Amino acid sequence: MAVQSQDRKTDAMVSVRGLGKTFGDKVAFADVSFEIGHGEVFGFLGPNGAGKTTTVRTLGTLIAPTSGSAVVAGLPLTPANGAKIRSRIAIVPESPGLYQRLSVRENLECFADLYGTSDPRERITRALTAVNLADRADDVSGALSKGLRQRVGLARALLADPAVLFLDEPTSGLDPAAAEEALSLIEGLRRDGVTIFLTTHRLDEAERLCDRVAILNTTLRMTGRPAELRDRLFARTLTVRVMSPLGAPDAVFTGVPGVDGWRFADGEYLLTVADVTVAAPAVTRALVSAGADVLSIGESRHSLQDVYLELIGDQS
Amino acid sequence: MSRRRVLAIFRKEMREFRRNKQVISTMALSPIGFLVAPVIFLFAVNASDVSTLYQYPVLLFTLAMAALVPVTVGAYSITGERGQGTLEPVLGTPILAREFLLGKALAVFVPAVAESYLLFGVVDGLVWVSRPGAVSAAALRPLVLLAQLVFTPLLAWMGVWISMTISARVSDARVAQQIGTLIMLPVIALSVLFGFHVLHITVALGVTVGAALAALDAAGLLVVSAAFDRERLVLGTR
Repeated sequence: MAVQSQDRKTDAMVSVRGLGKTFGDKVAFADVSFEIGHGEVFGFLGPNGAGKTTTVRTLGTLIAPTSGSAVVAGLPLTPANGAKIRSRIAIVPESPGLYQRLSVRENLECFADLYGTSDPRERITRALTAVNLADRADDVSGALSKGLRQRVGLARALLADPAVLFLDEPTSGLDPAAAEEALSLIEGLRRDGVTIFLTTHRLDEAERLCDRVAILNTTLRMTGRPAELRDRLFARTLTVRVMSPLGAPDAVFTGVPGVDGWRFADGEYLLTVADVTVAAPAVTRALVSAGADVLSIGESRHSLQDVYLELIGDQS
Repeated sequence: MSRRRVLAIFRKEMREFRRNKQVISTMALSPIGFLVAPVIFLFAVNASDVSTLYQYPVLLFTLAMAALVPVTVGAYSITGERGQGTLEPVLGTPILAREFLLGKALAVFVPAVAESYLLFGVVDGLVWVSRPGAVSAAALRPLVLLAQLVFTPLLAWMGVWISMTISARVSDARVAQQIGTLIMLPVIALSVLFGFHVLHITVALGVTVGAALAALDAAGLLVVSAAFDRERLVLGTR
C-alpha cells in the first residue's frame, strides 16, 4: 500500500503553486500549494469560510484565481483551457443542484450530452447502478430526499468519467444513514482508482477516506498523511497504568531506552517516547523489575481532530 | 461550438418549461390582450367602411405579442437556474458560454415564434373565413402578412436577448419580467403606432425598421455574452 501511494504521488493529477483568490479586500484563500497524485483521495479540511469551496471552484475553472498557478488533469489552469479542463473533471457541489421538474434520467441525459458522453443510455444505467438508484430513474428529482439527490449528483459526475472528481462537502446536511451511504460510494470510487479532491469539515470521514489531507484556514496550515500530521504535531506517548502508584517513578523511567520524559496525570503515567517499538518492551521490563503490578501499556494515538484543533481550533 | 451541447440545453429548457405552470400560463394568457381588440374591431367594422382598415391595419397591433411573450418566458432562463442551484453544476461542464446562451435563447425563441405564428394564423384565418371580400382583403393585404412574417422573429429575438440579459442580472423572474416589459415598451409602442396609423406602413419604412431591429438583435448577442460572467453567476453576485 505504501509503495502504491508513493507511485501515486509521482504522477500528479493536480498541482497547485501559490494559488490565491481575493474578492476586493477579502482574501478567500492565499498562497495554497499542494499536489494530488493519480488515484489519490486528497482531503481538504477547514472550518466554514476557510476557502475550501472557493478553491474547488477555482480549480474547476468556475472562478479565476488572482495569484499563483495550477495544473489540473494535466492542463495549466488558464482561461483558454477552461472547457478542456472541465471536460476532464467533475464537480459535485455541496448542494447537488438538480433540475427539479425533470426526472433523474432526464437530468442525467442532459449532463451526458454536456459531457459529450458516448453511448449515453448505457452510461446512465451504469452510473445509476453505481449509486444504487437504478430503480429511481423515472422519479422526479424535486421529490427526492437530500441523500438521494446527493447520489444523483454523484451519478451525474460519473458520466464525465473524470480524471479528477471534486466533492464539496458530500455529506453535508445528510442524516447518518445517508451520509454512510455516500461515504461507501466514495470508498467504492477510491477502490476504482478515481482521483478525488474531497472538501469536508468532518474529520472522521477524512480520516476514513483520505490518503492525505491538507488543513486550510485561508492559508494552508499543513499537508500530509493523517499519521504524519499527528507525528509532526504531537510527541508519541505511551500510557502506563499500574495497580498502585510507583514509589520512585523517576528511578523507574529515567534511562529506559526510547523514553524521553514522563508525567503523571489522572492516575496514569504518560511517557514521551521517540520510538514506541523500542520503548514499550523496555518500559515493561523496567516496571516488572521495579515490582509494579502493570494493568496496561499502550500507545496514546492522537486523532485527526486533535491535529485539526491544534492547527486551527482556536481560530474557527 | 457543439451542437450537441446547445441541443442539450434547448431540450432541457423545453422540458422544464412544459412542466412550469407559470411559464405555461404566461404563454397562454399574455397574448390575449393583444388579440382581443383587433379581433373585435375586425368583426365590428362595416364592410362599407373598409377604407378604415387601410387606414388602421390593426393586425399589426398583434405584433406586440411577439415581442412580449419571449420577455415573460425568457425571464426564467437564468433566474430559474439560480433558484434551483443548477448553475454551478451546468457551468462546471465543458459547455461554453455561447453554447449555454444559444441553447437557452432558442428554447425561448422557438416556442414564442411558433405561438405567435399560430395565433396569427388563427386570427387571420378567422378574418378570412368570417369576413370574406372587402374586409379580409383590406385586413390581410400582403404588406400586413409580410410584416407579421418578418417582424415576428425579429421582435421575438429582441425579447429573448433583453430578457436573458436581465435574467442574468436579477434573482427573481418576476422582477426580470417587469424590467423586460418596461424596456420593450418602445418596441411594443411601435407596433401600436403602426396599428393606429400614427406611422404609415410602407415598404421603405418596413425595410428600415426591419434593418434596425436586425442590427439591434445582432448587437444583442454581444450584450448577452458580455453580461454572462461565469464567476459572477456562480458566486451569485450582481
